[in-house]
Amino acid sequence: MNPAYSVILFTTASGAGFGLLAWLAFSILTVPPASSAAYYVVAFGVAFAMAIGGLLSSLLHLGHPERAWRAFSQWRTSWLSREGMFAVVCLASSALLALAAIFDLHPILQRALALPVLISALGTVWCTGMIYESLTTIRAWNHWLTTEIYLVLAIASGALLMTALLALFGWFSEGAAWTTLGLLGLGAALKLFYWRGIDCAPKLSTAGSATGLGNLGQVRVLEAPHTQANFVMREMGYQVARKHALKLRRIALLLAFVVPVLAMLAALLLASGGAAFAAVLGVLSMTAGLVVERWLFFAEAQHVVTLFYGAERA
Amino acid sequence: MTALPHSTVKKLGLVIDLDTCVGCQACATSCKEWNTGGYSAPLSDIDPYGKDPHGAWLNRVHAYDVGEGASSRTVHFPRSCLHCETPACVIVCPTGASYKRADDGIVLVNPDMCIGCKLCSWACPYGAREYDPADGVMKKCTLCVDRIYNEHIPEVDRIPACVRACPTGARHFGDLGDANSDVSKLVAERGGYDLMPESGMKPVNKYLPPRARRDATTCGKAPAPEAAPMTGDGSALDRLFAFADKILSR
Ligand code: SF4
Ligand code: SF4
Repeated sequence: MNPAYSVILFTTASGAGFGLLAWLAFSILTVPPASSAAYYVVAFGVAFAMAIGGLLSSLLHLGHPERAWRAFSQWRTSWLSREGMFAVVCLASSALLALAAIFDLHPILQRALALPVLISALGTVWCTGMIYESLTTIRAWNHWLTTEIYLVLAIASGALLMTALLALFGWFSEGAAWTTLGLLGLGAALKLFYWRGIDCAPKLSTAGSATGLGNLGQVRVLEAPHTQANFVMREMGYQVARKHALKLRRIALLLAFVVPVLAMLAALLLASGGAAFAAVLGVLSMTAGLVVERWLFFAEAQHVVTLFYGAERA
Repeated sequence: MTALPHSTVKKLGLVIDLDTCVGCQACATSCKEWNTGGYSAPLSDIDPYGKDPHGAWLNRVHAYDVGEGASSRTVHFPRSCLHCETPACVIVCPTGASYKRADDGIVLVNPDMCIGCKLCSWACPYGAREYDPADGVMKKCTLCVDRIYNEHIPEVDRIPACVRACPTGARHFGDLGDANSDVSKLVAERGGYDLMPESGMKPVNKYLPPRARRDATTCGKAPAPEAAPMTGDGSALDRLFAFADKILSR
């Protein structure tokens, strides 16, 4: 699948943004960290910038962005429609929560607003994952862990962001750092398990089953139907070479998990001043790592339509 | 809208005969011509006279080399929307622009509602949907919905443009939900089949397999004797031809 930059930006930036919103809501629901209006302005500001920035980048790549409102109508069948609804509910309720937190309104009101934010933030990311997981045409996405990985990576990057923000405000939290560590470990484990899974899964469709000519012998392309690549080939014919994919997997693993884990450990050891520096370093590394991971998620995925264009199995 | 109808009154679709198709591209060209002015208008081309001409087409004709050695054969293979009974392309559409009609089973995109998110093209196993970047919406075969019910054109033309254009009669149109229709009988008689049945989309369109080969390798008869070499009458003209033949055969 063609790794379109708008979708990569959307899923990584918005994922982290919704992850951070979920953590802000969770902390308000449970044990509010030492907090101030300034902290909430910055934290909600960062979360909004990431979530909305990602959403906008994917919106602008629609053929008709001005009709985007129509995408809220088909929530009964479409995960994309559900994602849009959750995202809007989340942004609207987060805006209210941000105001309540910044102006330090009554704790009960804050908690009442935090609950829908938590649910809708996680719901948005869950739907993003399901958009991909529900596509039976792409074996690598149809894997049962796809959605869980989207969720865990969003929550992990959100947790890392929050740890960094707290540290920047001088309230480095060991609890947040340990939670982040746990989520990073879980994310890395799931991703490794997923990679193994898609490498071993049998490719059930063949050029023979796609054309129905398999019983006559091997099916080879004699002539392409068009001289230049068409939309189908441009959108779905992209596939990164195996050798490069393996190298990029290692880079993704290093940047998205190993470096942030080291950064969290360093932050725990250094505490105070150095912790903020280490955590910010972790955020930068994880951002780069997730972009590589997401690029691979697309570039490694083979669509069954390639069977008509010369692939033997998919 | 993107919820599928439980069943459709008719199952209109195409039956494509891979035995007769000669890969002339008449169906694809005729489709492009009709639909760039019809329901799907426009079917834009990008860089049509430049280095990388491409654009939205609703029908593509592949050619495959199938089998091994002397028994291998060329199969021309037209590919377009199969108007599936349970099409994922419709279910994933967030806007309701993609829908399956309850009365005849045709799968359509409403060009006024489509936002061009392209998700439907990812969900289709058959590569039947092509995005039109100039128009910003998804395009697909309409089964010539603007011809088959069109009372302003002669009755003989009220079939899909591709079926009308095919010079070898390799394309058939009809109701595959009616066991007594000509197309259903043809499918039964010739062993028509579904493409990639494991996709779960339950395509309505059917493909008729190439017939068994009928030639010297399969008929069981001795091959025809080789024609005796032509011997001339020894005239000057004849020798000139023989000389030319020798030179040209080198
Ligand atoms: S062939 Fe593809 S576009 Fe056509 S109905 Fe089936 S799934 Fe949808
Ligand atoms: S591209 Fe158009 S028809 Fe296809 S899923 Fe998106 S809105 Fe629906």
